[in-house]
Amino acid sequence: MSQADLSIHGQVSRSEATEVMTAPTFHVPAKKMAMWLFIIADSMTFAGCLVAYGFVRNATPNWPRPFHSVTNVAIMTFILLTSSLTMLIGLRSAQKGDKAGAFRWTMVTAALGILFAVLHIREWMGMIAEGATLFHNPWGTPLFSSLFFSVTGLHLTHVTGGVIALIAVAIRYQGGRYGADDLEITGLYWHFVDLVWMFVVPLIYLLNLSH
Amino acid sequence: MTTETHSGSMGKDLIVYVFLLVLAAAQFVIAYQDISASQMFVRMLAVAIIEAGLALLFFMHLAENRGLMWFVLIFLVAVALGLQYGWTDAFRLSNGVPWAR
Repeated sequence: MSQADLSIHGQVSRSEATEVMTAPTFHVPAKKMAMWLFIIADSMTFAGCLVAYGFVRNATPNWPRPFHSVTNVAIMTFILLTSSLTMLIGLRSAQKGDKAGAFRWTMVTAALGILFAVLHIREWMGMIAEGATLFHNPWGTPLFSSLFFSVTGLHLTHVTGGVIALIAVAIRYQGGRYGADDLEITGLYWHFVDLVWMFVVPLIYLLNLSH
Repeated sequence: MTTETHSGSMGKDLIVYVFLLVLAAAQFVIAYQDISASQMFVRMLAVAIIEAGLALLFFMHLAENRGLMWFVLIFLVAVALGLQYGWTDAFRLSNGVPWAR
């Protein structure tokens, strides 16, 4: 019985079976799917941290509200949101074949990431100067400082990693070793870092604003 | 490997970006409202979820791939729901055990 006969009789031919087995999941290329799986796993990490923070905040009487101004965090939010837009501009340039434009906008995204990190570290330095450390908090329970530095530190680590990845991928894209799809995958990670910040700001900063 | 191109235009990206800025500003406005912490938490979280949805659908292009969208959504919702088991304990620690009063 030939392969054609098998197909006619409702059975799957070898070529059809191979096609099914090697077809990308959800029509998404393998390395992009890997990034999505990483994002799902990482969102669980952040969700766990934020829920743990919520648990401790809820269960601790006289939770401190040390933030007097939101100017710095508002600027940081604006920078991170804008960096997502510049990443998209870079990606669209790459998909149109505008290599110089894609490289330029990806580097602008990385520069905005660096600016965000600098502002974040400056804010940390201000808090450390007031006596807040991982194990000490001048405004009340030390749990506040522990959670603040842990959650924002985890996010800052992601931003730092993202900046390094953006620069590395942009340089390799410029050199012709990477393509637009690689820029898109790095962009997915960058948008995810931005997305997490949308939850960190209200929960860690705005709910702890002194009135 | 083939390069995927995404539908939509720069104009749509800009509109989503402006929406995200407005929603982020709304969170800051809520922070200065004269409401209880729990009301503030609910409102801010609602805005954050809308922001995250916009970013996922348009910036991360999930709107263009329904299968992947459901895959991601089911995982995220399952984890978010699974993490809620500790709240009763958190309230017990802050308010005491109601039936012991």
